Amino acid sequence: MSRGDAGAVVLETPDALLERAEAALDGARAGEQVEVSLGSSMDTELRAYDGAIESLSSSRSDGALVRVIADGGRAGVATGSLTTPEALAELLAEARANAADAGTDPTMALAEPDGVAQPVLELYDPRIEELSIDDKRDLALGLEAAVMAGDPRMVGVEGADYGDSVVVSAIATTAGIRAAQRESGAGLSVYAMATEQGETQTGFGFAVGRAAHELSVERTAAEAVLRTVRLLGSAKPPSGRVDVVLDPWVTAQFLGVIAEMLSGEEVRKGRTPFAGRVGEAIASPLVSLADDPTDARAPGASLTDDEGLACRPVPLIEGGALTSYLHNSITGAVLGGASTGSATRSGTSLGVGPRAVALRPGATPRSELLSGVGEGVLVTEVSGLHSGVNPTSGDFSCGIEGLQIRGGEEAEPIREAIVASTLQRMLTSVVAVGDDESWFPIDASGVSLAIEGLSLAGA
Amino acid sequence: MIDESILSEVLAAGLSGGAEFAEVFVEDRRSTSAVLDDGRVEDVATGRDRGAGIRVVVGESTGFAHTTDLSSEGLCAAAGTAAAAARGGTGGTTVVDLTQVQAPSPSVVRLYPGEVPTSAKVDLLGRADSAARSAGASITQVSARYGDTRRRIQVANSDGVLASDDQVRTLFSVSAVASGDTGLQTGRESIGHTVGFELFDDHSVEELAERAARRAITKLAARPAPSGTRTVVIGPGGGGVMFHEACGHGLEADLVGKGASVFAGRVGEQVASPLVTLVDDGTMGGEWGAFAIDDEGRPAQRNTLIQDGVLTEFMWDLLRARKEGRPSSGNGRRQSYQHLPMVRMTNTYLLGGDSDPADILADTPSGVYVAHLGGGQVNTATGDFVFGMTEAYLIEDGAITEPLRDGNLIGNGPAALASIDAVGNDFAMGAPGTCGKDGQGVPVGDGVPTLRVGGLTVGGTAA
Repeated sequence: MSRGDAGAVVLETPDALLERAEAALDGARAGEQVEVSLGSSMDTELRAYDGAIESLSSSRSDGALVRVIADGGRAGVATGSLTTPEALAELLAEARANAADAGTDPTMALAEPDGVAQPVLELYDPRIEELSIDDKRDLALGLEAAVMAGDPRMVGVEGADYGDSVVVSAIATTAGIRAAQRESGAGLSVYAMATEQGETQTGFGFAVGRAAHELSVERTAAEAVLRTVRLLGSAKPPSGRVDVVLDPWVTAQFLGVIAEMLSGEEVRKGRTPFAGRVGEAIASPLVSLADDPTDARAPGASLTDDEGLACRPVPLIEGGALTSYLHNSITGAVLGGASTGSATRSGTSLGVGPRAVALRPGATPRSELLSGVGEGVLVTEVSGLHSGVNPTSGDFSCGIEGLQIRGGEEAEPIREAIVASTLQRMLTSVVAVGDDESWFPIDASGVSLAIEGLSLAGA
Repeated sequence: MIDESILSEVLAAGLSGGAEFAEVFVEDRRSTSAVLDDGRVEDVATGRDRGAGIRVVVGESTGFAHTTDLSSEGLCAAAGTAAAAARGGTGGTTVVDLTQVQAPSPSVVRLYPGEVPTSAKVDLLGRADSAARSAGASITQVSARYGDTRRRIQVANSDGVLASDDQVRTLFSVSAVASGDTGLQTGRESIGHTVGFELFDDHSVEELAERAARRAITKLAARPAPSGTRTVVIGPGGGGVMFHEACGHGLEADLVGKGASVFAGRVGEQVASPLVTLVDDGTMGGEWGAFAIDDEGRPAQRNTLIQDGVLTEFMWDLLRARKEGRPSSGNGRRQSYQHLPMVRMTNTYLLGGDSDPADILADTPSGVYVAHLGGGQVNTATGDFVFGMTEAYLIEDGAITEPLRDGNLIGNGPAALASIDAVGNDFAMGAPGTCGKDGQGVPVGDGVPTLRVGGLTVGGTAA
């Protein structure tokens, strides 16, 4: 339901939502395991374009998911956009009917409470509710104006956006799981264009926080301007083998893929080259990787995972050696361990995935990474990750934008080029880790990373 | 779905602040999905999502709100929120007379998935699993997915438009993993049409599964793809995504209007080889991107975008078209009632040419043959695009030789279009796709005949 002026809708408290989920469990029959997950959110999105607010959208959304695991581990799911007791009772009946048509799976079961305490984290900043619509308009309009004023070569934006949300979620299960949380988020993003001598280039800037006071319009605009204008005058580089420095944003995107390759789900199903390799060196000794959703700085920080178990830090690679995979309760049990609190839900399927993957930062400033590489390529953006990275074979091949590195310094820009290797080889070819840890609105953070010997395809 | 008198009332509420345009979009979507993975049917799921999105336009500003409360009060409250967001001026009372738009569906549904027992849907998964595993001993993992959706929509706006559609889509996909001395390789195949469960009368899930498995097995023996600029021959049906990325997005009027397209201001100009005639067609019955009306109530159209290499027209949604004083081209689409519509493709394809595909290959001394593409991505402002090859071979002395490992190709839209020097007579539609733009996904189709592109950069690891 959406009522009145934007921002005037009050969401339920986490406890009230949990109570509603819990009440729906009363409909469970003997011998049946039932999970009820509920979510409500209030989202506002504004886009500034050409000095005006092009669009403003403000609404509440609700969602419910009921999962029933019947005799023999037959699992059925039903989802809907209403969370009234009647609607939840209907979903329960529907999920039960779906379970009857599913196959048996003795490993299928709800997570049991494991006694791990939830982290102490404040994911909700009440100041998110205090910002007026006018303040939000000013942020979006100010972002566009700051980008346009940042350099005479800036010609426009596709959009300068401000968005915020408050999300309340709750999970209750017949196995005794009770979890609920409230989180807030605010963000700025801009996609900008610059032109010089008939050539157009684009670049983005963004900022994320728990509320708007954490966002800097100036810094976001400056980043977009820098990312855009430094690509002007770019040319296709020659093909060959190159050493590269990945920008933190690029590193973060690769870390997200690598963490998915360390998912217990993929290990169980034989879909990752890292299956069966715990204890082995799979990366350079400089690489220590962990998924830590208890880090308050991470946009993906969370009290619990999508089965309602407490989130906890999970060391994945320590000094280059594979230490652990990510698990939900099922993959943990099947592979002889336990859940690492890493259950995720994409659509209706329960899976395993990272929330806040981070590489332990090194001690090397970015300038030293560049001088260490000497001659190579600084990769500032990648494209085609979803079509060019195969997490099963490990092959990757991505379009890049960036700058040549010459004499250890940033030099002329490049475009229309591809770097390729395998993710396995890339991990072992890390030669230096930067000290510039940065957070992004995805499930991974990044640092500047020097890697040797990638294939560069260009002219 | 919603009574005409209530829709009029909601539109009046949207316009009451002096807005020049108001629209109600009502959607009722039911879906079923079932997944088999690792030999187990993991989840059988159904979903129902029903709600309305209300858009109010004042000057250059659009206000938007959505609600799941489809009562007159709930809808009017959402209209009030949208109107407040758009900041209407002084009030007034407006009466909207709605006229039903007659738009027959291009697709015929013979068997509604809702009338098929779920067990019959689940059975397909097991059959696909067996077929894929029978394709070779090296197949070590199979996953299969069944999905259907029935999406009923209703659109009413202050121009008096009242239109509705009932869109049924059915999809099946299979992914296989093959293991060998060279590691793991994958193959994926999918079929999807704007039809009902009769999809499986016309297509065999076993054949689909075998194709996916064979693709994975073939790649076990694959060598690294070359690295650098190569002549690329794209096989029939396999490569429509190239046009989707190389120029499709760049021909969307919202991006063009913001100067974020290399094709802005080029209507009437030669933007591609004379062999290129590109069409976007929402009326292709049964295809994945087909519909009777778009998500703004406009009947689907067949739009020729490029004719013999000359740019003829962009694709338009209602808002952008109104501003230019022209009709929408039927390309206003949205992911759901929770989203604002924008310009989107439907089924985008390159018309067939005169060449015998065998001759095209024979005339190619060396290069890369791409039988099947994965997804892609484009920067419309620079025109640079990438797309992934998921089944490719080396061309040596005019013949297909060794299989290649996966990789991306990169090119620049206008340059790639200009360097198309052969188009075959073997047109075929490709696999169903989901096109993402600004965080919204919509179903799209594509198709191509065999074609040759003079030079694209192939991103492999071989020298």
